[in-house]
Amino acid sequence: MGSGALFIAVFLACVVEAVEATTIVLAAGTARDWRSATSGMVGALAVLAIVVAALGPAVSALPLHALRLVVGALLLVFGLQWLRKAILRASGRKALHDEDKIFAEQLATAASQARRRAGLVPDWYGFTLSFKGVLLEGLEVVFIVLTFGANQHDIGLAAIAGACAVAVVAAVGVAIRSPLTRVPENSMKFVVGIMLAAFGTFWGAEGAGAHWPGADAALLVLIPAIAVFALGLVALMRRNAADPGRQETAVPAAASAAGKGS
Amino acid sequence: MVRRIRAFGAFWYDFVVGDDWVVAVGVVIGLALTYALSRTAVPAWWLLPLVLALLLPFSLWRAARKR
Repeated sequence: MGSGALFIAVFLACVVEAVEATTIVLAAGTARDWRSATSGMVGALAVLAIVVAALGPAVSALPLHALRLVVGALLLVFGLQWLRKAILRASGRKALHDEDKIFAEQLATAASQARRRAGLVPDWYGFTLSFKGVLLEGLEVVFIVLTFGANQHDIGLAAIAGACAVAVVAAVGVAIRSPLTRVPENSMKFVVGIMLAAFGTFWGAEGAGAHWPGADAALLVLIPAIAVFALGLVALMRRNAADPGRQETAVPAAASAAGKGS
Repeated sequence: MVRRIRAFGAFWYDFVVGDDWVVAVGVVIGLALTYALSRTAVPAWWLLPLVLALLLPFSLWRAARKR
């Protein structure tokens, strides 16, 4: 995988997480208090920076096979979970991720809580809401940056890609002070799910001792193959949704057909 | 204290395993089989894509059945 592909993969994954974190910070700032929300966000970013500084060298020091096995397993699990949700959303079986709706819900919850000052923080609820939101979404960003970066021996570039994604999303969020509804989040999650699953499969198999035909070039087959497979499942599930009588049998049938195909 | 430990465990379970534990178990089994196969003369690279191709529709089928 070249530097460009590493940058794009990490950037896209981090944009998705950053959009979700931004929605939470915006809700905390709008409904509660901007100073508390900003402090919470800065506090969480500081914790995340410490996590990267502490874990980065440790992850880099791991033997490559062990690293690829563990990272591959985790990426494959994450990728399959992301793809599962993305396919359910694309086929109409799960509500689309709607930042506007999430923002409205968080705004209503945040507005209903009592205000309490804690030390230098004017509003403790706004601070913790923002802190937790950024920390939880940020942990995924940290994981993606460290795993992709360590596997490609370029944590620096992966960190820059993650930081760029966070900076771009945060800048747009602060500028418009409303949820980033124009970001095609559902489509991006679909793409990120495909990439996580593909890299997870590739690194996981290598870590377990397998050798890919064509080495790194196998990814050029794996990524489009998983994309086509996922799109096929969307089409199948849409058809089943339109014809509920076929629902119970059609998806397992697709599973065996796809297994032969890969 | 017990509640905090439980919440901590629940957070990591949710973070790593997610909505469908079958996916996580399937991936671990797939990797173990890949390792076992890689110790033989048979190529092992195809096994994990096959696991993916079986696990994803199975997980979707489980999700669709629940709804």
